Amino acid sequence: MKTAHDYNWTETRDQNAFLALEDGSVFRGFSIGAPEDRVGEAVFNTGMTGYQEILSDPSYAGQFVCLTAPEIGNYGINPEDMESRGFFASGLIVHRVSPPSNWRSREDVRAALAARGTPAIAGIDTRALTTILRDRGAMKSYLCVSGGVSEADAIEKARAWEGLTGQDYVSRVTCKETYRWDADNRLTVSFPHDGEILPPADSWVVAYDFGIKWNILRSLRRAGLAVTVVPATTKADDVLAMKPDGVFLSNGPADPAAVGYAAEAIRGLLDKLPLMGICLGHQLLGIALGGETYKLPFGHHGCNHPVKDEAHNRTLITSQNHNYALRAESLSDKTVEITHRSLNDGSVEGLRSREYPAFSVQFHPEAAPGPHDADPLFEAFHKLIRESK
Amino acid sequence: MPKREDIKKILLIGSGPIVIGQACEFDYSGAQACKALREEGYEIVLVNSNPATIMTDPELADRTYIEPLTPDFAAEVIRRERPDALLPTMGGQTALNIAMELHNNLILADYGVEMIGASPEAIAKSEDRGLFKKAMDNIGLSCARSGSATTLQEAIVIRNHLGSWPVVIRPGFTLGGSGGGIAKNDEEFTRMAAAGLAASPTSEILIEESLLGWKEYEFEVMRDRNSNAVIVCSIENLDPMGVHTGDSITVAPAMTLSDREYQVLRDASLAVMNEIGVDTGGSNVQFAVNPKDGRMVVIEMNPRVSRSSALASKATGFPIARIAAKLAVGYALDELQNDITKATSACFEPALDYVVVKAPRFNFEKFPGTPNTLGTQMKSVGETMAIGRTFKEALQKALRGLETGRAGLGSDGKDDFADLTPDAFHRALATPSDRRIYAVHEAFAQGMSVEEVHAVTGIDPWFLAEIEELAVFASHLRGDVKSLGALRRDERLFRQAKAFGFSDRQLAHLLGANEDAVRGARHELNLRPSFQLVDTCAAEFVSVTPYYYSTYGSAVSAQLDEGDERQSIMIIGGGPNRIGQGIEFDYCCCHASYALKGAGYRTIMVNSNPETVSTDYDTANTLYFEPLTLEDVLEIHHRENPDGAIVQFGGQTPLNLARSLEANGMKIIGTSPESIDMAEDRKLFGDLMDRLGIKQPPHGMAADVASALDVAEEIGYPILARPSFVLGGRNMAIIHDPDELASYMHALPDVSAASPVLIDHYLEQATEVDVDCLADGDDVVVGGMMEHIEIAGIHSGDSACALPPPNLPENIREAIREQTAAMARALHVRGLMNVQFAVQRGQIFVLEVNPRASRTVPFVSKATGVPMAKLASLCMAGFKLRDMGFVEEPRPRHYSVKEAVFPFNRFPHSAVQLSPEMKSTGEVMGMDRVNGCAFLKSQLAAGNRIPQSGHIFLSLRDADKEASLPLARRLIDLGFTIYATRGTSTALRNAGIPSQAIFKITRGRPNVVDLMNEHDVSWIINTIEMGAEPVADESRMRSMAVMRGIPITTTVDGLRAAIEGLEMMRRHHNRLEICSLQEYNRLGLRVNLPTRPAAAQ
Repeated sequence: MKTAHDYNWTETRDQNAFLALEDGSVFRGFSIGAPEDRVGEAVFNTGMTGYQEILSDPSYAGQFVCLTAPEIGNYGINPEDMESRGFFASGLIVHRVSPPSNWRSREDVRAALAARGTPAIAGIDTRALTTILRDRGAMKSYLCVSGGVSEADAIEKARAWEGLTGQDYVSRVTCKETYRWDADNRLTVSFPHDGEILPPADSWVVAYDFGIKWNILRSLRRAGLAVTVVPATTKADDVLAMKPDGVFLSNGPADPAAVGYAAEAIRGLLDKLPLMGICLGHQLLGIALGGETYKLPFGHHGCNHPVKDEAHNRTLITSQNHNYALRAESLSDKTVEITHRSLNDGSVEGLRSREYPAFSVQFHPEAAPGPHDADPLFEAFHKLIRESK
Repeated sequence: MPKREDIKKILLIGSGPIVIGQACEFDYSGAQACKALREEGYEIVLVNSNPATIMTDPELADRTYIEPLTPDFAAEVIRRERPDALLPTMGGQTALNIAMELHNNLILADYGVEMIGASPEAIAKSEDRGLFKKAMDNIGLSCARSGSATTLQEAIVIRNHLGSWPVVIRPGFTLGGSGGGIAKNDEEFTRMAAAGLAASPTSEILIEESLLGWKEYEFEVMRDRNSNAVIVCSIENLDPMGVHTGDSITVAPAMTLSDREYQVLRDASLAVMNEIGVDTGGSNVQFAVNPKDGRMVVIEMNPRVSRSSALASKATGFPIARIAAKLAVGYALDELQNDITKATSACFEPALDYVVVKAPRFNFEKFPGTPNTLGTQMKSVGETMAIGRTFKEALQKALRGLETGRAGLGSDGKDDFADLTPDAFHRALATPSDRRIYAVHEAFAQGMSVEEVHAVTGIDPWFLAEIEELAVFASHLRGDVKSLGALRRDERLFRQAKAFGFSDRQLAHLLGANEDAVRGARHELNLRPSFQLVDTCAAEFVSVTPYYYSTYGSAVSAQLDEGDERQSIMIIGGGPNRIGQGIEFDYCCCHASYALKGAGYRTIMVNSNPETVSTDYDTANTLYFEPLTLEDVLEIHHRENPDGAIVQFGGQTPLNLARSLEANGMKIIGTSPESIDMAEDRKLFGDLMDRLGIKQPPHGMAADVASALDVAEEIGYPILARPSFVLGGRNMAIIHDPDELASYMHALPDVSAASPVLIDHYLEQATEVDVDCLADGDDVVVGGMMEHIEIAGIHSGDSACALPPPNLPENIREAIREQTAAMARALHVRGLMNVQFAVQRGQIFVLEVNPRASRTVPFVSKATGVPMAKLASLCMAGFKLRDMGFVEEPRPRHYSVKEAVFPFNRFPHSAVQLSPEMKSTGEVMGMDRVNGCAFLKSQLAAGNRIPQSGHIFLSLRDADKEASLPLARRLIDLGFTIYATRGTSTALRNAGIPSQAIFKITRGRPNVVDLMNEHDVSWIINTIEMGAEPVADESRMRSMAVMRGIPITTTVDGLRAAIEGLEMMRRHHNRLEICSLQEYNRLGLRVNLPTRPAAAQ
């Protein structure tokens, strides 16, 4: 029989941890992760499922993710839903965390956070925090779970932090060496497992790892593409020397303007090979095509973003995670066609080069987490490669 | 794609009377659809037989037909109105069925009417089990495996094919699914299959793989003609498979699915929509998921809006019916706006940052003999929804919002498990029922583990762990904290208790204090809930729609609009539907809001019922979706501090709170709670009647058995007994002798001097008359006078009635008017008052006065064209009837008949009998220029299909024989043949009327049961004695008639009206004429409602 001692009620009430924002706001809660203080950029994500994918998405490097979903931890953590080799978000902010119940769960969220060194805070009024971030924009902040820093000092530390703008986080999360994805051809760690028959891989692409999510790799493979992953700093010539059929530009963290080397490499590939980009990869393709990026007030983070596919007159419900976007006016209509726009704020969500076999989307067709509406884009990449051969 | 210009006129079919499984959610959807289509400039023709709906308000459509919902009448409307299109998806299964019949019998084709929203092909695919299974096969989704058999041999073959145990056996077409079951082995299977084959009138059983214990999910999908599709909401059932989803506690969003698993269901939902071919609109898809390995099967899909889409709309803020209507006329989702944010697109999936729990409300106590167990057939009569920041908070709010006397999940001293043996408790835990959730809580209090409870209940361990935490927390408060003082000293603990959803009442019980003291301590600490927005987007965007819920899980409240200087009036709604308190009261609340908004007030609606129009985000200016308890309403009052509050429209719920609210500073407008109480107080009211010189039946009061017997002796048997302060006649009975009275008194809970039993002499052979009037402090005007068709003593809510009264002489009417006015003045009524009179041999008696909105207000308003509830709310706000042009009783030139609709077919073990205790779930209205035709329509609308020819079974009580003879002759003239029991047959023969004598059921054969079995009788006329226990004979006959859909007429007045209608029909080529409300009203009275002065706009 359980008693009061089996619960963390006192810890909940004591509120020994807090999140301090650069605007001076402080949200008190209790620690549910690694006992390590950090600075980071606070953003919110409105997805109602997918905390494991979010935590393991390298694009969240440098960020504290505030989940607006009311109950977190319900279905635990499992080996199949990892989106990378570890947790990359700088920290997690939730209203409530609960022990798991799900046939696939192998780990409790709290244990997983502690084991992977990710600090996290619960007991936060996530709605109030979200409202502040919505009104004032994503903010530099300090997450104190150690108890060793005063609120005033924490606010100062948040303000003193250099932030994400102008910072190259890609080099922190990219793989160190080139590797062949899914060498055993069994779509290592994927769900659902049973009965999935993969099409033969008739083409081969190189994927730039700016912080790539594994479900992108799975999706490429499912579309009939074998994939080799290369580090973000790989030069165009090195890629060309590998003689792939196409090049994929992945998602990744922080500011696209800070990874000039990647845009440079893309310029070297544009007229040589078919290209597809997602998220940061999309922004970098846009930069390579002459565009520029800007920072959105609070970004798009969630699973319910409507995007108009202009060519097909359809709206896709998409998974999104970005703080920067391409400025529409910076893209020449002569060379670039804007193929997708956000129905909510009209921002650029997809483009196609009029000169080269290249396209990209700001949202995440690989989902994980989120809806699968845009999944056919991987097939479109496959088709583009076949046509370009 | 913009809206379609090739259609101009659209026919909408409603869902008819409120029945179990089809409640006011279809008024909500229909009303939204009407509004959405009219704002696009379409002409709307509406058919619905339910007068208590907002959708049948004459302003909502261009032509409103309150006519029976049958294919014939719908065809008649099509002939008369020639619509271009038919939208069948807003009126539940009723509308879908009628639309399919109109399609199949080529009416739609003949008149060139296009079905929009769902095609006949799509409807057929979703409804036909075989076609549906095939469709699911096509897209690689599985259904529960099954097969149907007509012999035991076939059954065994199917069983063997299914492989694993257990299997479900469902006999075809039996009442309440009786004769079925779950077989776990060969022996059980053979026994149940044989029993099922015998029980089924078609000798057919369905054998199905058992999904018992699987997790159950429902996805609400919207789709447009460009194939854009969104999931509006996912819903997870707390109760695993085996309990009808309408009877399950359900939770949104889904709680125990990872994103991958959620997306599998999302993909499947969209694939199902696509394969079934639902081009536009809302649908729901139900899934079962095996908790052990995640295997998923599709259970069913509905290509229309449903109860769960109403729930999903309220849970997310996304107006499914409104958007579905726009999609049906050609819009694409991405062309429409999200009405809550007014800035973002409607083509998105709502994000929730709160948890929603729906809990079903049952009325088993009304149907003695019915087990309170739950299964695959729906039994709940209503539901409540609650919103909290966590599952715990939402669950506790939902359970106190049910208004069953519970203060939350246990911890309120109301659990009655203590006396149960371990075996009995185990059964209470294992068997799904209306109290199992409390048994789960109790199990943890007794020390059972999550694993153990999961093994017994099949409820997901996640939910169980949450409930366990509540139970442990409660025992911590009771055992460790112990006193309110200690809690008061630990503010953080206090806050935590509130965040766990504990009500003040629960805390009072756990800490040995009273509710007021807990509230006092809480307020001293300024520990109050915050109010958050239901904004569809988890705060990502600014929301402009003030739709709130309370929580202790967030500290910062959403801002009120400080710049709004209008006076505010709060309207307290009726909570979950139950027998005796349903849509009629919600109608009144909506009307109050419409009228007061129109007059320039800001209206604030408080309600907890997701099925209603009152909880639509645009019915009031501000909406609070909250339990209707003193604590919750007072917190809203604290935040809003309204200029006035209306308690007389929401039925008994707000009235029960009225005195306490007033004592806590709420300014109640209209008739004072004191007057309302006075009308309920026997002594005070009796004195007042004496002073006014108005007669009452001899009466008294008793607080115990002895005094009851004395009172009854004094006033004379038979008597009518009932507890004080009830709605819907709960525990009301007609009693003929002291023995009966003694056992009645013993069975009553909580009788005391404070809540005594009321005893009236029962007036035999009287006609009951219902009057609804309006009073403004100066004038009293009768709005409608209704003559009951049922004999006196049957609850007025269960009695058919006619307006104007067909058999009441003018002098009696005038006397009733005068008495009504005198009472309204004496009670200082401001607003509505309902009086029930009995007229016995020219003498008028007052039975009951209720100075508040009554169940008949919408009926009277529809019958007369006068918006009674609107006028009443304006009277409360200080407007005068005279200024609004309402000075005399309307005298419609047509007849309106109200008939009640009963749920007996859901409760096969309960006697089919009317009594002073209300049992009907809903009502219908028949309108015609001829009373008999109006009556006939009311019967058809209620599903009593009175035939135009065939065999009648006639059984008359002695007192009715003489009056009935001419009627029997007219029946013969109409071409009927009569079977009669011996006594009746003799009386008929003596009068020269031919009939065939048959036996009473227990006396021999052939009897009426044989006739029914041989389909040889199509109408049963059986006049009855009030109050007498029906003999086994009658009871069996009635149950069988209900099961077979054979109409029963129980009064001479009813028979007379039916015959009049049939004769009229005969003269009109066997057709009943139809006419729209707008045409009737053209001849009627007009009132002028105040409109907002231009300056305040």
